[in-house]
Amino acid sequence: MSTTFWVNGVQQTVDVDPSKPLLWVIREQLELTGTKFGCGIAQCGACTVQIDGQAMRSCVTPVSAVADKRVTTIEGLAPGNGELHPLQQAWIEHQVPQCGYCQSGQLMSAAALLASNPSPNDDEIDAAMQGNICRCGMYGRIRTAIKSVNNVASATEKKLYYSVAGVNHG
Amino acid sequence: MGKWTRRAFIATGITTGLAAGGGVVVGIALRPGNQVKELAPKLGEENGKLVHTYIRIDSDNTITALIPQAELGQGVQTSLGQMLAEELDADWNHFEMEEAPALGEYATYSVGRAFLLAGVDFPDFAIPSIDGAFMRVADSLNLQITGGSMSVRTTGVLAMRTAGAATREMLLQAAAETWKIPVSEITTENSHVMHATSGRREPYAAFASRLADMTPSQLPTFKDPADYKIVGTHKPRRDIPAKVDGSLKFSLDVRLPDMLYASVMRSPVPGASLLSLDDSEARAIDGVTDVVVIPQASVSSMVGETLSTDAVAVVADSYWSANEALKLLKPEWSVTGHESISSDQIFAQFERDIAAQVERKTDRVQGEVETAFSTAARVIDADYHVPFLAHTCMEPLNATAEVRNGSAEIWVGCQNPLGFRRDVAQILGMDPEQVTLHNHAMGGGFGRKARPDYAMQAAILAQKVGKPVQLIWSREEDVRQDFYRPAVQSRFRAAFDADNNLLAWENTYTNKNEPVEAPLIPYAVPTQDIGYVNSPVHVPFGAWRSVDHSQHGFFTESFIDEAAYTAGQDPFEFRVGLLADSPRHLAVLTRAAEESLWSSPLPEGRGRGISLQESFGSIVAQVVEVTVEEGKVAVDRVVAVIDPGLAVAPDGMAAQLESGIIYGLTAAMHGEITIENGAVAQSNFHDYQAVRMREAPAIETYVINSGHKIGGAGEPGTPGIAPALANAVFNATGMRVRQLPLDRFDLDYQAVETGTVG
Ligand code: FES
Ligand code: FES
Repeated sequence: MSTTFWVNGVQQTVDVDPSKPLLWVIREQLELTGTKFGCGIAQCGACTVQIDGQAMRSCVTPVSAVADKRVTTIEGLAPGNGELHPLQQAWIEHQVPQCGYCQSGQLMSAAALLASNPSPNDDEIDAAMQGNICRCGMYGRIRTAIKSVNNVASATEKKLYYSVAGVNHG
Repeated sequence: MGKWTRRAFIATGITTGLAAGGGVVVGIALRPGNQVKELAPKLGEENGKLVHTYIRIDSDNTITALIPQAELGQGVQTSLGQMLAEELDADWNHFEMEEAPALGEYATYSVGRAFLLAGVDFPDFAIPSIDGAFMRVADSLNLQITGGSMSVRTTGVLAMRTAGAATREMLLQAAAETWKIPVSEITTENSHVMHATSGRREPYAAFASRLADMTPSQLPTFKDPADYKIVGTHKPRRDIPAKVDGSLKFSLDVRLPDMLYASVMRSPVPGASLLSLDDSEARAIDGVTDVVVIPQASVSSMVGETLSTDAVAVVADSYWSANEALKLLKPEWSVTGHESISSDQIFAQFERDIAAQVERKTDRVQGEVETAFSTAARVIDADYHVPFLAHTCMEPLNATAEVRNGSAEIWVGCQNPLGFRRDVAQILGMDPEQVTLHNHAMGGGFGRKARPDYAMQAAILAQKVGKPVQLIWSREEDVRQDFYRPAVQSRFRAAFDADNNLLAWENTYTNKNEPVEAPLIPYAVPTQDIGYVNSPVHVPFGAWRSVDHSQHGFFTESFIDEAAYTAGQDPFEFRVGLLADSPRHLAVLTRAAEESLWSSPLPEGRGRGISLQESFGSIVAQVVEVTVEEGKVAVDRVVAVIDPGLAVAPDGMAAQLESGIIYGLTAAMHGEITIENGAVAQSNFHDYQAVRMREAPAIETYVINSGHKIGGAGEPGTPGIAPALANAVFNATGMRVRQLPLDRFDLDYQAVETGTVG
């Protein structure tokens, strides 16, 4: 059975078991390997992608559930033309990654948060990032980096920017 | 071990009980220009010159360091690069780093020596021969370990610095000969050789070809640390940009033509063998191509024996199909005799063995123990326990292999590439030279990825299937088939005189591993008797971030806190009183107290705890502040001070401290692997929890560059967090936590009663 959906702005049709999780379709069929496997049961967040702008765990999302939807993976987070998403820049500036394995998922969760809430407070950051484990323990740096993006532009400008860069491309 | 002489050393090599195959041969110099064929690609562009095993200079004057240490996330390649670039006087903006290939030339012998022969110091003259950057360590060593917080301390100090300094000396010499001026008039800066008087300035690349005929010094002159421009300054990590856009390829991301995927499982009870297998349902799953039995194999290396027991695997065109089908396999496992063992029984066994003191061995004995206790005005005692722990690296274990025409290739992230290559070759019946190993950056290692079982499994699968196979362990397999941080019991007694002076310290614990000094205390207690009993268990042992320090840090720094309260003293002041002869420890501890405002009052329900721990050559003090509300502990703040001698990469040091603290905090708050019916009861992050964003405290780190010998970074943050936390809980609640993890306990009722748990 085939399923058609959008990934990072490109329409994709895959002919796989509709119950196959999106994670494995992305990694195996589409060969986009930036989205990681960490637990397979929606506990770690390594597989986080955005589906129509919402941060979702692709390891428990059957591919059939994303039919006709817009999926953004880490490879599609940057706006293109060589620029990085402000969160990616902040991640570099604050030297957030250690091993980096969790960071695709962290960034996708953080980008979804900022897209809906450009100036999250600590509680809101906790709530949005709670599903993303970092075994290297870089939580403090992740928080700092998210907050630093907060301060770069006015809320309205950012809202516009994120809706272009993080969610609505396709 | 007898006295080493240089001659005997080179002729016979080292033999130790740990070394499989008898030892090590040292002494084949890898001269510049003497490159084995696998090194040829490392030569880079046509005019590039591999002037040294570790250094390549390209014709555009770009310098590349080949770093023989694996990247687990710790940023080691940048810090080792900084050490080499500093001594070479290289231009950091045109300086690159690559991981060295898994070839004998890059055996991290210096790491191995320190690892194996802790406490045995070689005569200085032998060090260059053993560790010198220019000596090829015979491939029989097969050791290329990243672990023990040793990369900077050994490879960095002994190899990278030497390589940089000696190459710089050769460049000076080459320029002097070309320009016909004395070496003393020539200087270097930013990858250029200069002569101030004549105004000459040439790039290093101009002399690279001349270096091929020169012999590098094994004892070059090093820079005065006061002149450092690169070491000790903040250099952004070069590997980070590829970690924010998903482009970094972990071994899990390897994609090969015709590649199949596999999922694997072993017996729930460690050590069982496969008696029979019903795979009919699994084979019926769409996409499944093979079901493979992987027979038991055992390999041993200088880090110990690794037994990879019988396993069954499903191979399919998708990992998901393979793993779904795996759940349908019906294997029958042999009876090992451990099927009824539980954690409770293991701890009961520890209790018996400690009480019986059977064949107790000692780490340190001083003073008259019996007299001290029998004449003491006051004696306290306590028992501490910690459970087994799994590593749960963020990236589950995986390896991709292809075996064809008498040779094999393997793509893996591991902490010992040379050892893995040798072990894979052994089980495939090949010579190491027939195996090419591609080591990838790892999504965490923490000690687990020094064990080659997962790579061996992938190799067997690829051999049996005849196609490239990517083996991925499910998280369940990862949690249940680990090599575990051991469960340990530790019993203490302390004796005081009538003035509340701590006179004697007695400690007996179960099962010693390494480092040997882990249970020792830095405090000036006149009488000490520290020792252990063996109490074997069937649960496989593995090195877990900071190894024995992870438990002993909790034990000793909690019990010294108990001693302080018993003596009616402030825990910080009490420690200070016992550190008069340890100025470095004292400075670290005092700084932590200052930065945390140790003596400022805290409101009701909050508490503060302190710890001090030396490990891997670094000294760390931590102060933890907690709030205990309705029985729940929240960690509000951690202040950590480290004296690593010198922080090569200051931000990297800070990040490693933060990382080590959170890793230790996860263990202290939640970490517990329990054994039920002989098997591990936990399986994934829902029942083996990690600290997450909401629980993560604010961590402040401070570095004291004391100028002493360089210490480790990756592990020293881990041991001190659990005791500082438990001590803070005591300070807040009056309740002494003697057993981890903390979330086992309901601290609520302690609002009305004081006492102990565990
Ligand atoms: S892999 Fe999906 S949440 Fe862990
Ligand atoms: S950076 Fe390693 S798990 Fe987050």
